[in-house]
Order: sequence, then C-alpha cells, then structure tokens
Amino acid sequence: MIPEIGHFALIIALCLALVQTIVPIIGAQTNTSQWIAVAKPAARGQFLFIIISYICLTYSFIKNDFSVLYVANNANTALPLQYKISAVWGAHEGSLLLWVLMLSAWTFAVTIFSRSLPNNMVARVIGVMGFVSVGFLLFTLLTSNPFERIFPVPLEGRDLNPLLQDPGLVIHPPMLYMGYVGFSVAFAFAIAALLDGKLDSAWARWSRPWATFAWVFLTIGIALGSWWAYHELGWGGWWFWDPVENASFMPWLVGTALIHSLAVTEKRSSFKNWTVLLAILAFSLSLLGTFLVRSGVLVSVHAFATDPARGVYILLFLAIVIGGSLLLYALRAPKIKSIGQFDLVSRETALLLNNVLLLVAMFTILVGTLYPLFLDALNAGKISVGPPYFNAVFVPLMLPLVLIIGIGPFLRWKKAGLAETFKKLLKILVIGLVIGTALPFVVAGKTSILVVLGISLGAWSICAALYYLFRNVFRKEAKLSSFQRFKKIPSATYGMVVAHIGIGIFVFGVTFVGAFEQEKEVPMRIGEKVEMAGYEFGFNGVKNVQGPNYSSKQASLNVYKNDKLIATLLPEKRTYLVQESPMTEAGIDTGFLRDVYVALGEQIDNEAWGMRLYYKPFIQWIWLGAALMALGGLLAALDKRYRLKLKREKVAIVSANAKQAAAATS
Amino acid sequence: MRPKRKQRLIFITILFLGFSSAAALGVYALQKNKTYFHTPAEIVAGNVQQDKLFRVGGLVVEGSVNRFSDGVTTEFDLTDTSGTVTLRYKGLLPDLFREGQGIVAQGKLNADGIIIAQEVLAKHDENYMPPEVADALKESGASHPDNIPKKNY
Repeated sequence: MIPEIGHFALIIALCLALVQTIVPIIGAQTNTSQWIAVAKPAARGQFLFIIISYICLTYSFIKNDFSVLYVANNANTALPLQYKISAVWGAHEGSLLLWVLMLSAWTFAVTIFSRSLPNNMVARVIGVMGFVSVGFLLFTLLTSNPFERIFPVPLEGRDLNPLLQDPGLVIHPPMLYMGYVGFSVAFAFAIAALLDGKLDSAWARWSRPWATFAWVFLTIGIALGSWWAYHELGWGGWWFWDPVENASFMPWLVGTALIHSLAVTEKRSSFKNWTVLLAILAFSLSLLGTFLVRSGVLVSVHAFATDPARGVYILLFLAIVIGGSLLLYALRAPKIKSIGQFDLVSRETALLLNNVLLLVAMFTILVGTLYPLFLDALNAGKISVGPPYFNAVFVPLMLPLVLIIGIGPFLRWKKAGLAETFKKLLKILVIGLVIGTALPFVVAGKTSILVVLGISLGAWSICAALYYLFRNVFRKEAKLSSFQRFKKIPSATYGMVVAHIGIGIFVFGVTFVGAFEQEKEVPMRIGEKVEMAGYEFGFNGVKNVQGPNYSSKQASLNVYKNDKLIATLLPEKRTYLVQESPMTEAGIDTGFLRDVYVALGEQIDNEAWGMRLYYKPFIQWIWLGAALMALGGLLAALDKRYRLKLKREKVAIVSANAKQAAAATS
Repeated sequence: MRPKRKQRLIFITILFLGFSSAAALGVYALQKNKTYFHTPAEIVAGNVQQDKLFRVGGLVVEGSVNRFSDGVTTEFDLTDTSGTVTLRYKGLLPDLFREGQGIVAQGKLNADGIIIAQEVLAKHDENYMPPEVADALKESGASHPDNIPKKNY
C-alpha cells in the first residue's frame, strides 16, 4: 500500500509540475495575473507530493519491504538504520527521486525568498524549474520507477553496496545533488531574463546568491566525495580523475566562473552575454554529469545503470535543454547590451582571465573524459585517458589562475594602474617566495622547483587575501577609525578573503602531498617492525571482528616516532555477508601536519600479511581548504546587501505596480 | 579605436589565446598519455610494441596465480579464451582479485613477452565484468555473450 501511495504521489507531482511549467510562463508572456499567480501554489504542491513520495520510499526501506524491487536490491534486514535511510539514494532509481526532491526544494525556496522580485520574473523562473522537473519526473516514472514491485517477494534483500556503507557517503550525494540542482536556479533566472528580454544588473543581483549557494553545496559535495575515496578505497589517493569525479568537477569549474562573472554583471553591467552563457553551461554540465553517470557509458563504480533507454532519454532531454536555451539565447542576444567599459588593466580583465582559465580547464577535462567515448563509438580503438593527461593539462592552467587570485582584488574596476598595483603587492610577492623557498625545507628537508612554485603560489594567495583585509581596516586616508571600518566590511568581502585563503591552503596540501608523500607495500610478519618516513610500524597481529552485516579481519599496528608510541591503527578487511564482496577499511592516524595511513592487504601465510603503509604530509589541508572555500561562499551569499537592496526594490516595484494599475484603470 | 571596440578586441584576444593554448596543450597531452586497450589475443599475435604502455583485460586463469617469495610480487595468466598472456605485478592486488575473475591491467611488455603491470583493476562487484573484458571475450567468439555474468538475478 505504502509504495503505491508513493508512486501515486509522484504522478500527482508530475501533473503539478506540468501546470507549474505551462501556466505561469504563458501568464508571464501575456501578462495575465491570474495565470502568474498559479506559479507559487503549483510549485509548493509539487514539493509536498514529492516529499510524500520520498517518505514512502524511506518507509519501505525502514520496514524492510522487499516486495519493492529497489528495496530488495539495496537493503537487507541486517543493514544498520542509518544506512537504510541513506540506501534510498544508494542506487539509480532512488537517487533520481532525491534529485527531483532537491529540485522541488530549491523551487520551494524560490517561492519563499522571492517576495520582492517582480511577479513576472518569479513566474518565469518557477516555470523553467517546473520544466526541468517535468523532465526528471517523466524519466523517473517511465524508465526508473523506484516503487516497482517484485513477485515472488524475496525473504532477504541483496544489501547495499558495501562501498556506500560509510558516513562520508551518507552525505556526499545529497550535497552534490544540492549543488547540481542548485545551478538550475541560476539557469532558470537566465532563461527567465531571456524570455523577458531584459538582462540588467538587478537580474544579476537576484541570481547571484542562488548561484553562490549552489556552488557552496557542490564544493562540499565534491570534497566529501574525495574524503570518502581517501578513507574507503584503501589506495591513499584523494582524487583519481575518474570520469564521474570529472562529471562533478566540470560544473564546479563553470560555477566558479559564473559566480565571478555575475559580480561583473552586477557591479559594472558588463559581461552580460557571457554570464548568461555560463549559467546555461553550468546547468547543462550538471545534466551532462547525470547523463554520464547514469547512462552507463562510463566504466565506474558510480555507473549503476546500463539501460540504453535511460541513456537515450537523458541525451534527448539534454539536447532539448541545451538546444532550446541556446536557441533562445541566439534570438535574444542581439538585444543584450553590455554598458560598462574597461581598460586592459582592470578588475574586469582579471575576472575575464579567471573565467577563461576556468573554462579552458573545464574544456580540457571534457575532452579527456569524452574523447575515449567518441573513439569507442566510432570503432576507432579503445583507449583510456588517465591521471597523467589531466595533471599535465590542469596544473599549468591553475598556476596563472592562483597568481591572478592574489592580484584581482587589488585592481580597481574599469581602469587600474599597473605600477601602482605592483607597488602594493611587491612585498606580498616577496613574502610568498620566501615562504615557498623556506617552508619545504622546514617540512621535508628537501625541495624542488615545482614545490617552490606551488608553495609560493599558495602562500601568495593566502597573504594577498589577508593583506586585502588588512588594508581595508587600516587604510590611512579614510576618516573612520580602524574598528569602525572593521565593522563596516561587508560579509561578501570576508567571503572572498576566506575563500581565497582556502585556495591557498588547498594548494599547500596538494603540493606537499604530491611531492613528499611516501608509500611502502610490504609483507609484514607478526611482531615485525618496518620503518618509513621517520615512523616505525609494529605489527601486533590480526583478529576476527564481527559487524552487523559483515565479518572482518582487523589488524593492529603500533606506530612509533622516536621510540614513542603515537597511535595504534586498526585497518580492516571486511567481507560483507550478502554481496560477498571484500572491502578495505584503512587505519588512519589523522594529524594537522600529516596522516599516517595503513591498508591491510592479502594474507600471505599464517604469520604474514601484505601491508600498505603511507605517510601523507598536509593531506588534511586539502579538505580544510575546500571547507574554507565553502565557508567563503556561504559568507558571500549571506551578505546583507542582497537583502537590503531587495527591500529597497520592493518599494520601487510596489510603486511601479501601483502606477501600472493606475494606468490600466484610467 | 573606439573604447567599445577596443574592449571587444581584448575580450576576443584573451578568449582566443586561452582556448588555442588549451587546445595545443590538450592535444599534446592526449597524444602522450592515452593508452590503448588490447586483448590478450592481439598481444599474443604480436600487435603490441615493447615498452609502450597499454591496457589489457581478460579473465585470470584458474590455478595460474603464483606469488613470489618477496611477498608482494605476483605472476598470473590472463585469457580472453583465444589467447593467454602472463602478467607480473609488484604490489598488493585489489580486494576483488580472484582466479576466474575479470580484471583490467595497465602495463608494458618486457623482452620476455611478460606484461609488467603497473596497475591492476578489479571492480567492486562480484558479478561485475569490465566492459572491455566482456567485449574482448565476445570478440574472441569462444564465449557466448549469455555466459558473461551480468548484474541480474
């Protein structure tokens, strides 16, 4: 009964989504206020029914209702409760339901936080989001119904993929989806503005916080995925350039470009065409990511489905969305005028360079991800493009980007003096180089040109961000006291500073781990000690441990530094009972300056086991940096400027509406 | 030049420089770093040069896995049923490496015709068969596609 209610609720949601698409958009084009008024209730109703549907599926999981195929495939009576709840998005069908839930949640948020926007605009935005929702709901209902029943009902479920039974994976997909789907809001704003034919700086101001929020979620989602891979895959890596990682990274790069380009459009009324294209591109890449992951064209852990019907559907949908929005753009673009002008040396140029570098980086990743697929489709041979390619193209593109991060904020809008800026930043450059030269020696006792370059750039970006804040507080020329100025700094500025520091921290982590990590794969006998990177690993033995739905061999190793015991690591090799798949749980001693990481390999004989030992300097800085970027984005999105201006506009709109009404009656 | 035009020129120049350098970088790196996939039969037939990195996929031959005395080096045979090659790998094998299991490896041929693997991949699903392996088996014709395990029950 419950699954049928869920299924039915999903169908009602589809009907509401159709209404939400058609009525408000027609209403907005013809200025019919009754039709426009349908937008919000339809969107809220859709949200409600999708919640009902989602709760029904979760309930089926908690109650072990194995008559539902999806539950039978992805759960088991022995599965712990938290993983039953997260198993809802553990495979294809449920993760689509999560996707539409997120989409309707974002739409719901738009209905709440858009009171001050013109009704026409809101109606169009909600209509466009409704269209996307129709696409995904149809996809779910036609090709991937999570409520499908099976008969005979199995007594026991096949259990959740053991790889996904990890706290990191409980929150990774929802965060990632929040980001992916969040770009649909910026996309909807862009399309709404194109439909309206009016792209002004108000439009940029409205969509800016939404784009930034989506970017924050995506940042957290990607970072969690990487953190999970580090803990769960037992290879000690944090990024593999796996096609699925790339699928989430490409929208992130374009999203990063978008939030910077929106700044120019808002402040300077420039880059309008470019910003619209970026908004369309960011969302298209989110859809492409879904296509790549869900259609099964990629060889990956994430590719659940290998159903050609699904692939064809998503491809068609992708074609409609991208083709339709580009067509609309082509029709409207001649009308869009960018007003602001700028010189070669200006903040605009710096942001333009930032955008180009990010886009070019995205483009090279896209090529590396799709090229093997193209060759395969053309029967031109099977190739694979691995990390060496991505590192070779990505790193050289990021070096100038980090350099610009330091300079950009110090450049004035429109026209900046090159000599003046250089004079301001010379000391920061020197400090960066000094840190870059000295720090590797302190940390590792050795260095190389690439390390000096990496650390200098990381230090440069951190110091430049701090210096920017410092100058804003202790400026000589202004009348206010330092404290008053400190209080007056908008939250958006803190956001920029924190995010740019995050980049620097991230670069530190990547550089140090890349250059100074150490790895040893050795057979170890019980009682034997192995030395690596100044740490001594003593193998105490292996014992059997029983988990709720797995049995495990747990090794115990003592880690010593200078003959002092600093940690006891317990790496495991688990066998999940239902799927009979082995899983590695790494034993990790996490530290601010280094991780010591042990993965348990095969048993060699009674006394000896294969063991993989890693020393990972500064690896936590990678996620710390990502967390700071996300925090920075959050601070920027919460800037009260957006709310204040909204209030002021509200007054203007109310008076404009009154004038319109007066004109209509007279 | 009018400022408007000058601005457009800056815009286009930067875009052009960015994308063309990326294209050059990308093509160069692709040429250098792409690795071809070969079936064991192709390798046996001598279609693969020595010292060139490539990928190979197939089933691990039952009873062929042989661990060296150093504890971390393993040698095993890989087959697509119409050809069999020997691989040597120094390092811990992935969790799902088993005899009879489909795997993909990346490595180079040495002078003795043994593939020195740098990487061995086996996916995290006992029923999973890397598509390359499935294709290689299909191409060899010896195995009917229906015999290839699928994620079905």
